[in-house]
Amino acid sequence: MRFSTLLKKPAEWMRTPGPESDIVITSRVRLARNLVGHPFPGWARKEDRAVVMGEIRPALEDLSEMRDSFSEEMTKLSAIEKQVLVERHLISREHAAKGSGCGTVMNRKQTISVMVNEEDHLRMQAIRPGLQLISAFRSLDQIDTTLEDNLPYAFDHQYGYLTACPTNLGTGMRASAMLHLPGLVLSEQINQTIQGANKIGLAVRGLYGEGTEALANLFQISNQNTLGTAEEEIIEHLSKVISQLIENEKNARMKILEDKPTMMQDQIGRAYAVLQYAHIITSKEALNYLSMIRLGCDLGFIPEEERETINVLLTEIQPAHLQISAKRKLTPEERDILRAEIIRNSLNGLTPPDFTTILSERDDDE
Amino acid sequence: MNCDVCQSETASIFFSQVVDGKLQKVNLCKACADDKGVTDPTGFALADMLEGMGEETQTETAVETDELTCPSCGFSQTDFKKTGRFGCADCYHVFDEGLDSLLEAMHKHTEHVGKVPSTFPDLPEAELPVGPDEPVMEASPADKLSDLKDALSKSVEDEDYEEAARLRDEISQLESQLGDS
Repeated sequence: MRFSTLLKKPAEWMRTPGPESDIVITSRVRLARNLVGHPFPGWARKEDRAVVMGEIRPALEDLSEMRDSFSEEMTKLSAIEKQVLVERHLISREHAAKGSGCGTVMNRKQTISVMVNEEDHLRMQAIRPGLQLISAFRSLDQIDTTLEDNLPYAFDHQYGYLTACPTNLGTGMRASAMLHLPGLVLSEQINQTIQGANKIGLAVRGLYGEGTEALANLFQISNQNTLGTAEEEIIEHLSKVISQLIENEKNARMKILEDKPTMMQDQIGRAYAVLQYAHIITSKEALNYLSMIRLGCDLGFIPEEERETINVLLTEIQPAHLQISAKRKLTPEERDILRAEIIRNSLNGLTPPDFTTILSERDDDE
Repeated sequence: MNCDVCQSETASIFFSQVVDGKLQKVNLCKACADDKGVTDPTGFALADMLEGMGEETQTETAVETDELTCPSCGFSQTDFKKTGRFGCADCYHVFDEGLDSLLEAMHKHTEHVGKVPSTFPDLPEAELPVGPDEPVMEASPADKLSDLKDALSKSVEDEDYEEAARLRDEISQLESQLGDS
């Protein structure tokens, strides 16, 4: 499959809603694996990496899940193409910076993506819409089991799967979910929530990894520990915590609607107004307003059918996606103009937020 | 061990931090620690500091020749301190001294639980084929292995590193035998 084909289709998770998808955007599971007898990528020479890639890539392409896959060496991709893959969460920022001897393989639906020679020889990821950690894990586990017949994994009975960094040792598994938590942010409970999660061995990060800046009120929560707990148990623990967070987020939203309905209307209405009329808008500003529109959908002020438009926009307005759609390199200023244009066009046919439901409820109370 | 920053004073403060999910370690003397604000945990970004000292540590690696290096890939202890990562799978056994306490701090566990590749031989004590020529009286290799491991942790506790090194070699030899059978 060619890159242009890959691009034409938004990733499956952007289009199909999953369980709890009003709050959980995606569930991801990744496994780190290395081959016996080769230095880890960070310590390997170029030739070593090429040998490992020569073993791994055919094994990946032979998988039934990878039929008609997109498979490429990092050196063959332009900077913008690599950035597009980062914006779709298909490769890491670190991997985008890699060159010779490194590669990327992913299936057509973009539900499975594999980085070859990132920090480990193999970093495989499964991504699903909504809260579906266990099904993401099972699909990846199956691929891993097929691969282990053909690739001699570095494994040790005491330490489990041997990884370049000891922080991934054991299962080599990182499970994470991307959560949309505007209620907890608006009610100023988010820091408390993050600290609580940290205390029980979970990490909370911003949209693209570290730097917990609340971009679009999106947060990634994942397991920190990989050694000493079985895969399904790690996932069960994480899922339980996520279910609790969903509860907390819903309560926070309800409480704001009860205590400060005007503030809520103002936030959503203002977001809609800016997005509909702005002609210059930065990523950060746009993402934060889109988050409010999404909240408007969740609360029933904006028709449910518009959710997909918002989800697609969240990715389409990011820098590399903009430059792909413009078919040329854009300065940051040009991007801000194009971004505003794309958003205005998308919102054009949509129904504006309708707050009559909460207004009438308030009237009844009085 | 000298301070990683000034390279002249003896390090007395040993600082580990997980940055981007990766362990970074720095050894500092009192003066540099105060200078970098290590005593104030919120104001100290290890990652920034590590970035600032990459060049110097590189030359240091080349100079030190007598330190432990991995025979498979040539990775050294200094390299691990610098990057927080290992060079290859064998490094886990070469640099296993102190590894358990690091793992304990990181994961709160030191032993893997979970998936085992089907192509990998089972644990020795589970299904060890006993050869016909093996004397009945001798302790099973699995017992011997666990005895050796106990002795190893004791010798490490006693700081008898010569004995520990000998035991470690014996263990890895025995383990590879068990792995082969």
